[in-house]
Amino acid sequence: MSTLVQQTPDLQPEPEPELSGPLPRRRRRRTASGETRTITSAFERRRPATRIARTLLNGGLLVFLVIACLGPILWLAKSAITPTQDTLRYPLALWPNGMDWENLRTAWVEIDLKLYFWNTVVIAFGSWVTQMTVAVTAGYVLSILRPPGSRVLYALVLATMFVPAVVLLVPLYLTVLDLPFTHWNLVNTFWGAFLPAGASAFNVALVKRFFDNLPREIIDAARVDGCGDFRLFFHIVLPMSRPVLGVVSVFAVLAAWKDFVWPLVVLPDPAKQPLSVRLPRLAAVTELDVVLAALLISCALPIVFFLVFQRLFLRGGLEGAVKG
Amino acid sequence: MTALLARLPRRVGSSIGPIVFLLPMLLVFGLFSWWPIVRSFVMSVQQTNLVTPAEYVGLDNFRAVLDDPLLTTAVQNTAWFAVLALVIGYPVPLMLAVIMSDVRRARGLYSLLAYLPVVVPPAVAVLLWRFFYDAEPTGVFNTILGWVGLGPVPWLEDPSWAMPSLVLEATWAAAGGTVIIYLAALVSVPPELYDAAEVDGAGIIAKVWHVTLPHLRGIMLITLILQIIGTSQVFLEPYLFTDGGPDNATLTVLLLVYNYAFANTTGGDYGKATALSLMLAGALAVLSIVYFRVTRRWSE
Repeated sequence: MSTLVQQTPDLQPEPEPELSGPLPRRRRRRTASGETRTITSAFERRRPATRIARTLLNGGLLVFLVIACLGPILWLAKSAITPTQDTLRYPLALWPNGMDWENLRTAWVEIDLKLYFWNTVVIAFGSWVTQMTVAVTAGYVLSILRPPGSRVLYALVLATMFVPAVVLLVPLYLTVLDLPFTHWNLVNTFWGAFLPAGASAFNVALVKRFFDNLPREIIDAARVDGCGDFRLFFHIVLPMSRPVLGVVSVFAVLAAWKDFVWPLVVLPDPAKQPLSVRLPRLAAVTELDVVLAALLISCALPIVFFLVFQRLFLRGGLEGAVKG
Repeated sequence: MTALLARLPRRVGSSIGPIVFLLPMLLVFGLFSWWPIVRSFVMSVQQTNLVTPAEYVGLDNFRAVLDDPLLTTAVQNTAWFAVLALVIGYPVPLMLAVIMSDVRRARGLYSLLAYLPVVVPPAVAVLLWRFFYDAEPTGVFNTILGWVGLGPVPWLEDPSWAMPSLVLEATWAAAGGTVIIYLAALVSVPPELYDAAEVDGAGIIAKVWHVTLPHLRGIMLITLILQIIGTSQVFLEPYLFTDGGPDNATLTVLLLVYNYAFANTTGGDYGKATALSLMLAGALAVLSIVYFRVTRRWSE
């Protein structure tokens, strides 16, 4: 707690710590004293009573977040390498009595977690490719090429946002079971698991709005120089679109990794199932310490992914879309 | 004339280009969104078993759903989940975001921690929490309650405790996303408003009440209805925690849809499943329209 008390009287601007990047603080107006303006004023923060109250509140919040949000994951990391009996007898021991690294290997090899892990990777990759392809090409047509009828198409895309996912579950399953025209059956294929993810109106709207804001002069100049639709797309538009491609990518991969209901329905074959569908079945027939090791392996990749791309997740990339 | 000729190849190109770039969207949205939406209306008035051709049955599916004694249970449970999620889950991200917006140091660390549960796959989170919810006195949460002389709580094993337990986990899993939305909105509070409030003698609480929260009102109204729409379709938590039990205390509407269509013994009734999903979607549509009518006056 003492370190927290030292933190609060911030009379001079301090250097930004590494982690405080994500929020667009630079958009805040800085006051004469060089500080950013939030609810409390610099004057209020200097008052002893306010200072103590803020220290308690902010420190308490940090402790709460560490325990509530990080705590369960740290607990999982500890228990994944703790023998079952230890975990059952002293679930809240801070340090494992004996470490059992073997759990991770048992989970990976003996209950075949590696198979389900790679299934998840394949589905996430396919979902990423599908979502990117659809969003970027659709955004390009609807924002830049704008052939006749594109406004109607865009309206039809946006309309799907208002259809709750629950309506689609059963008819989508029957569609995938017997695809129109081709009569392909995509049930128990990875294609069936990831192709429907491409129909994301949110992605299309995000990319279209980004393309709408690209500088028209560059596109017009390229047109005057005889640049065709394809060259314009690959050489002018895509290279300028890295920010929005990044946002679509991270959310696509994470959503695919987290998805449960759709793969549960479309992949009844255990050998094809991703981690989230397979884990509950495995948990029922496996020893606790191995289950916990399997859970740790299953959430390790998304957590690392989040830590690497935290800026994309935390800068509130969704705010514009939600405001509508 | 030369100008016309020069335009010719480009016109050819620009007629192929849009078609090629439209194809992915038309295929994917057509097959996996537009067609299934149309199909759900068709299917709700059909009897389908996938073997013999579908047969038109009028409103029989809807009648069968309405006659199902489990429907009332499912609707009540879903409404209870939504209400609990409002009471427990709605204020949490708001309070977190307002306090976090005033943190001077390492604010990024706060939002990093708050968002962490969001990236944990829901199935993993539920399995982990199912262990935490062990009803024995030696269970994780019961041990913690024991330190302060409370419990043991039967968590998932008691019909009246099961739903609040589900809501608690769902709140943990989802709050971070809403915190980030609120924080992004809080950045745009004009500093002049705080300055002006201070000139008028407002304290910190008064500033939160009269400046911060009114600024968030528009986004709060949207997160509220989005949360209601989302929680009305809750499936994963009741399916994985309790599979509708104990004693149907956590049977939700979507779980009933799933059971109609896919459960091992009773499944295969796709007509009934679609009819119930459409009824839920219709109810949500009506609710949203009424909600936006009523709140339009408050939002700006």
